[in-house]
Amino acid sequence: MTAEIGYAMTAVALGLALYGSAACAIGARTNRPVLIQSAQHAAIGTFVLIVAAMLLLVYAFLTFDFSVRYVAINTNRGTPFYYRITALWGALEGSIILWSAMLSLYTLLIIVRYRSRQAEFYPWVLSVMLGILTFFLLVMTIPAPPFERLAPIPPDGRGLNPLLEDTGMITHPVALYLGFTGFTVPFAFAMAALITGRTGDEWMRVTRRWTIVAWYFLSLGLLIGGWWSYHVLGWGGYWAWDPVENAAFMPWLTGTAFLHSVMIQERRHILKLWNLTLIILTFGLTIFGTFLTRSGILSSVHSFTQGSIGAFFLGFIALVLLGAFGLVAARGDRLRAEGKLDSIVSRESAFLLNNLFLVAAAFTVFFGTIFPLLSEAIRGVKVSVGAPFFNLVNIPIFLALIFLMGVGPLIAWRRASRDNLRRNFLAPVGAGILAAGVFRLLGVANALALTCLSLVVFVAATIVLDFYRATGARLRTGERLLPAMGGLLMRQNRRYGGFVVHLGILVVALGVTGSQAWSIQTETTLRRGEALQIGQYNVRFDGLAASEESNHFKVTGTFTVANNGRALAVMTPAKKFYPQEQTPIAAVDYLMGLREDLYLVLGDFARDGSQATVKVQLNRFVTLIWIGGFILTLGAALAILPEPRKT
Amino acid sequence: MRRAALALALLLPVLAWGAPPPGAVNEETVRQIAAQLRCVVCQNLSVADSPSEMANQMRGIIRERLQGGDTPDQVMAYFVEKYGEWILLSPRPRGFNLLVWTLPFAGIGGGLLVILMLTRRWSRRTRERPVAEPVDPATRERIRREMTELGQ
Amino acid sequence: MPAQRTPTDVDSDAFERGLGPRNPPGGGLGGGAKPPSEGIWRRGKWAIPLSIIPLLVLLAYGFWTDPRAIPSPLVGKPAAPFSVALFDGGRLHLGDLKGKVVVLNFWASWCYPACYEEAPVLERGWQTWKDRDVVVVGVDIQDTEEPARKFLKQFSITFPNGPDPTGKISVDYGVYGVPETFFIDRAGRIRKKHVGAVTDDVFMREVARLLKEGS
Repeated sequence: MTAEIGYAMTAVALGLALYGSAACAIGARTNRPVLIQSAQHAAIGTFVLIVAAMLLLVYAFLTFDFSVRYVAINTNRGTPFYYRITALWGALEGSIILWSAMLSLYTLLIIVRYRSRQAEFYPWVLSVMLGILTFFLLVMTIPAPPFERLAPIPPDGRGLNPLLEDTGMITHPVALYLGFTGFTVPFAFAMAALITGRTGDEWMRVTRRWTIVAWYFLSLGLLIGGWWSYHVLGWGGYWAWDPVENAAFMPWLTGTAFLHSVMIQERRHILKLWNLTLIILTFGLTIFGTFLTRSGILSSVHSFTQGSIGAFFLGFIALVLLGAFGLVAARGDRLRAEGKLDSIVSRESAFLLNNLFLVAAAFTVFFGTIFPLLSEAIRGVKVSVGAPFFNLVNIPIFLALIFLMGVGPLIAWRRASRDNLRRNFLAPVGAGILAAGVFRLLGVANALALTCLSLVVFVAATIVLDFYRATGARLRTGERLLPAMGGLLMRQNRRYGGFVVHLGILVVALGVTGSQAWSIQTETTLRRGEALQIGQYNVRFDGLAASEESNHFKVTGTFTVANNGRALAVMTPAKKFYPQEQTPIAAVDYLMGLREDLYLVLGDFARDGSQATVKVQLNRFVTLIWIGGFILTLGAALAILPEPRKT
Repeated sequence: MRRAALALALLLPVLAWGAPPPGAVNEETVRQIAAQLRCVVCQNLSVADSPSEMANQMRGIIRERLQGGDTPDQVMAYFVEKYGEWILLSPRPRGFNLLVWTLPFAGIGGGLLVILMLTRRWSRRTRERPVAEPVDPATRERIRREMTELGQ
Repeated sequence: MPAQRTPTDVDSDAFERGLGPRNPPGGGLGGGAKPPSEGIWRRGKWAIPLSIIPLLVLLAYGFWTDPRAIPSPLVGKPAAPFSVALFDGGRLHLGDLKGKVVVLNFWASWCYPACYEEAPVLERGWQTWKDRDVVVVGVDIQDTEEPARKFLKQFSITFPNGPDPTGKISVDYGVYGVPETFFIDRAGRIRKKHVGAVTDDVFMREVARLLKEGS
């Protein structure tokens, strides 16, 4: 029964979304508010139905209702409680439900917030959002229905992909999809602006905070994804430039470019065409990302699912891109702004460069991701484009971006006078150069690491300088130190939220640089009682233990770690054997520290426990990535707060 | 980034390694080569990173070939011979592959030119018609306010 | 739909928030003065949507091809010589099989279901053809001995089979996964690589083709 009820709900939701989208458009064109009203009801109905369908599926998971095919495939009686809930988005069909639920949530928020405010945009925004929702509901009804009946009902399910049995997987997809779907809001407003011909700055100002919200969640999703990769996948890294990681990274890059370039349009009213292009690209890339993840078009460790839905996604991408850019072309005459710039040395230029490099990074990732396809289509030769390529090509781009991060916020708008440059940059540049010298003397020999460290210090100095001066100004008006600082953050939350985000990125950059430049690793086969030395750590193999877990068989190695002769910890990396998987899954163990993580992966072992191969990594400064990520999300949250009105 | 630097080193093998003395194999060299090769069973991790059995064996083969006196280039060539170019994690920069190496930078170059042209044109326009935007009192007032706020 | 520019387009409080001065109305909002490049824009604007069509075509192409089918560069080349210690004792050297058609199969006991599907096929093929200059050779990769022996027993495999503990044979044949099967002609050249479970049809077709070529 569950399958039929669920399927009926998705089908009705599809009908409602389709009706709502059309009714909004017709209502707006013919000026019939009744239609828009009814579309609103349809949208609310869609939301309720999707959420109900999602809860029904969760219920099916919790009760092991194996008559639903999706449940039978993605869980079994041994799956622990929490992972039965998260199994919901363990594969394609459920991910689409999650996606739709979030999109319909955003749609609901749009209704709540704008139904009586943005009279011109509102119906079109609603129409576009419901149109996009229609697509996802269509996928849920035809090529990938989550509520497919399985007959006969099997006694037990197959089980969740073991890699997904992790706390990171509880939050990662939710954050990522909130980010992905969040970009629908600015996109829908942009489309509404194009359709109504009100292509001024209004759509952008309305959606500015929505964009930051989407950006916030996307950043969070990427960070949790990196964390998951680091502590679950067992290869010792946090970012593999996997096509699916790239798919989430590309909209982040273009979205970041968009966040910056809207500032120029707000102040100088130029770059309209550019901003529309950026938001269309960003939204298009979120759909492309889903397409990549879920169609199996590019093979990837992450392609947990494959299906025939590729054609649906391709059609939708074509519709979105052709439609949106077609509208841009049709409205082209309104979009050309007569640009004015006072000087090439100005913040406008710095932001233009920032956009160039962000888009260049996105393009590099995009082109590298699809290049294997291109090579195959044109030369008939399969090639790979992987981590070594992306690291190499992106390094200069990211260094340039860090540099611009220091320049952008402090250089004057319009025209930077020599005085402005000297006041704002002399000290930071000095600090950067000094830092390079100091680090060199401290023994940092790697030129890239040195450059990056120096740039980070430069940017940090600009931020500190600015904050110091602003606080100083407030102190002179008689405020006390802490209230002055707090007031600054709250009153100019957009500016200082941005600074905090920048600081977070600097810390992440330090972590990336440090981990790439100074991590060491070794892999050895140890007999019981034997030890290896890495850095100041001594790792001794003490034996193996086997255990039967609820849904898998586990072999755990015991390693005693000493730091400079002092006993430090007992570490227990393991290998998990799932009946539904052909190869074992590594369960890593690590000791986290600010300076370095000791990271153990259990390899082959002798069955009698007499010897085991272990990969030991000393990952330096990886923790900074998580700290930086945390700072970054704090900054984004600060920037999301409503701006106080200035008197 | 270190890995990237290594990629560079592999592109310029002359700089990176001479012929290693047979017998003594540097584990770092093994890792450097492994980092350039795609683990064939996992499809998206390098042989250096993958925890899989197959990657483990491939590392062993790299070690063995180095011990046999192969240069790192020859080891890579061996894997390419068996698996095709697909096994290299970064496409060899020659022929059609040059496209993926150069296009991003060509794009940046082109973008810089466009930005330069646009900013020049826009700022010239401002210079030609300075009357269009004189620093009106309101702006001056705002600037002053902002400056005080920033403590300048 | 010809929308009019309403005053709200220009007048908005948010302008006040910025540092910049207010633009003169009509200056930056489009629809104002017509720059000389008007004609170029008219013609060129459709280039934006059109430029994404090649990309869509490429994605469509990618959708029709199988990302996991990677052609082996070894087809047509001489089969790499190897020697393997057999499970039931003795060694097998590929070189000794010159003049015979060799069906070289890579498998593993954990490779379910494909290896389990093809095991009877291979054994049948071996029984049918072994007296006619055909040898089936199994190489067990990434496996442990105990389950491998169980597998051989389960299917009563009688053709020569041995493990590849170092992975050297696998890499020499560019093996990605299991099962993969190579058909080697009498001259010792790899003529065909089959990925996935071998069926009776495939076995028969390839072996018959290579036998027909004579020696």
